[in-house]
Amino acid sequence: MLKRILAIFKARNLEFIRDRGTMAWNILLPIALMAGLSLAFGGDGRTQYTVGVVQQADEIDREQHPFLSTQYVRFVTVDDAGTAMRKVARHQLDLLVDFEGGEEYWVNPSSPKGYFVELALLQTDSLVGGNLQKSEIDGDAIDYVDWVLPGILGMNMMFSCLFGVGYVVVRYRKNGFLKRLRATPVRPLEFIIAQVASRLILTLTITTIIFIGTHWALGTRMDGSYLTLLLIGFLGAVSLVAMGLLVAARVTSEELAGGLLNMINWPMMLLSGVWFSLEGAGQFVQNAAKIFPLTHILDASRAVILDGAGIADIWVSLAVLITMSVVFLALGARFFRWDPA
Amino acid sequence: MELPRHSLVRANCVNLAAPTLVARMFALEARNLVKSYPDVLAVDNVSFGVREGICFGLLGPNGAGKTTTVEIIEGVTPATSGEVYYQGEIAGRRFREEAGIQFQNTALQDNLTVMETLIMFQTLYDRQARLDDIIEACSLGELLARDNRKLSGGQRQRMLLAIALVNKPRVVFLDEPTTGLDPQARRNFWQLVQRIQNDGTTIILTTHYMDEAHVLCDEIAIMDEGRIIASGPPDELLQERYKGLIIELPIDNVKDELAGIEHQTIEDLGIVEVLTEDIPGSLSRLSPHLFDANRIKIRQANLEDLFLDLTGHSLRT
Repeated sequence: MLKRILAIFKARNLEFIRDRGTMAWNILLPIALMAGLSLAFGGDGRTQYTVGVVQQADEIDREQHPFLSTQYVRFVTVDDAGTAMRKVARHQLDLLVDFEGGEEYWVNPSSPKGYFVELALLQTDSLVGGNLQKSEIDGDAIDYVDWVLPGILGMNMMFSCLFGVGYVVVRYRKNGFLKRLRATPVRPLEFIIAQVASRLILTLTITTIIFIGTHWALGTRMDGSYLTLLLIGFLGAVSLVAMGLLVAARVTSEELAGGLLNMINWPMMLLSGVWFSLEGAGQFVQNAAKIFPLTHILDASRAVILDGAGIADIWVSLAVLITMSVVFLALGARFFRWDPA
Repeated sequence: MELPRHSLVRANCVNLAAPTLVARMFALEARNLVKSYPDVLAVDNVSFGVREGICFGLLGPNGAGKTTTVEIIEGVTPATSGEVYYQGEIAGRRFREEAGIQFQNTALQDNLTVMETLIMFQTLYDRQARLDDIIEACSLGELLARDNRKLSGGQRQRMLLAIALVNKPRVVFLDEPTTGLDPQARRNFWQLVQRIQNDGTTIILTTHYMDEAHVLCDEIAIMDEGRIIASGPPDELLQERYKGLIIELPIDNVKDELAGIEHQTIEDLGIVEVLTEDIPGSLSRLSPHLFDANRIKIRQANLEDLFLDLTGHSLRT
């Protein structure tokens, strides 16, 4: 069994590696995106201030707190004050304010935007005779480039896994190569394992090279363990490859496969937090995003890269990825079909 | 107990109450194969057996059901009903290990060389032939480093045959292997098939080229509309049906009715045929009815004539 898996695995690797156009696209696209974004967002390009508010909007008397009507400030309700304080430390929130209880606000003294938005808060608060208590939170800013890097790598991994497996299997089925394999002693599970292994190795290798290259060339942030990040990449790639196999299990048309894969790709790319955080989005959207493996890949990898999180901090995401992989692979193997008939 | 050599259709009449006994007489046996699709019955209760070491031809026009029949036997298309026996057992894993298959159309992986492809396929089997022998037999020596996609038609067919041989098969399926090849490449391929058969390998060949079947096959079965309509060794089938030679006349060379002369008119081909054992006598009777006595052809009956007689339509239509 192993030699048959290795034979198909090796052949698929050679086929991909020698397809220079696809190979170049897989490497150049994320590098070009990173370079472009680095130029565009390397400085502080945002013009808007973001302030976290501990209370829900309907719990606050806006007349007593005219600060909430300040222009050019985006107010975001936060569920967890601890998480919000960490964001103040990272400069992701310019200020955090609690209008109930002790009437307190938190600001990062090294944040220029925090300085200005604090001035606005104190000025408006003084108009109503408020008495807000100030707390300082230290921490370095996280550049958008640091934040978006896992998103770009995840997106690249998503395209590579879904199309590199799903689309290719459909092509194999349509042109009769699967039928030819069926006439050999190869079992469906052996074929599937070989495809998963091949794409896994290639995707992880490419992703690792790009991450290290970007880290070295652009000095992007890495606060956590490389091994933990590799584990996330591994589980994430398995789940995405398995998803591609499930889509390709029975489809016989490349056009249909492309449509189905795009139907998965685009919502996943928009809702999983590749380009921007979903914090401002509605709860429904945030919950819906949890059905995508990419969401868990990005949540976990950002936690490792930006916060130095360990496995204990991200175990939920890892467990979800493992579960998704098992379910997708089981369904893919169950419904797999060699020929178009 | 031995069935007559031309027993394929007759095999359906053999008492099949003891299937194992009958199945063991053949390297491969199809029993009551049926394949139906919503709008067509592609294979209609087909049964036949193939003895060890022979080249067996399954003939018929496009759409006759021969490829579907063979793919059911190969195990790549499920039958609606019926069974396939290999060496007396229901064909299963052992059959997959010992069968070599050349499909009519097979795409190979892109960016792989001939050698890499051969090694990949060889590794899928426990039973393996020496690659050097296959490369030599199929004349692939100079093509080993070439990309699969850059082979000519003849080279590609030799390559696909080589893939079918990588497991040292005991039975080889060749599905229309020479379609699209030029005459020289076809003849080279025939020689290759004959060499394989000389090594004792059983060959199942599907083709719509009657000359190919006549050259290569020890036994044939002719299919039409999903059924086997004749079977046996080609020469015996022809001798049984045709006593003598055929005089072939273009229709436009015939002046009037050929009254008193037994003949058949084939409108599709624009000819009139007279089967006779007395060539001089027939020619003298025909002469008064012809515009030009030189515009005639005398030939032996062939498998295409047989097919025409059995089905009423040409193989090419």
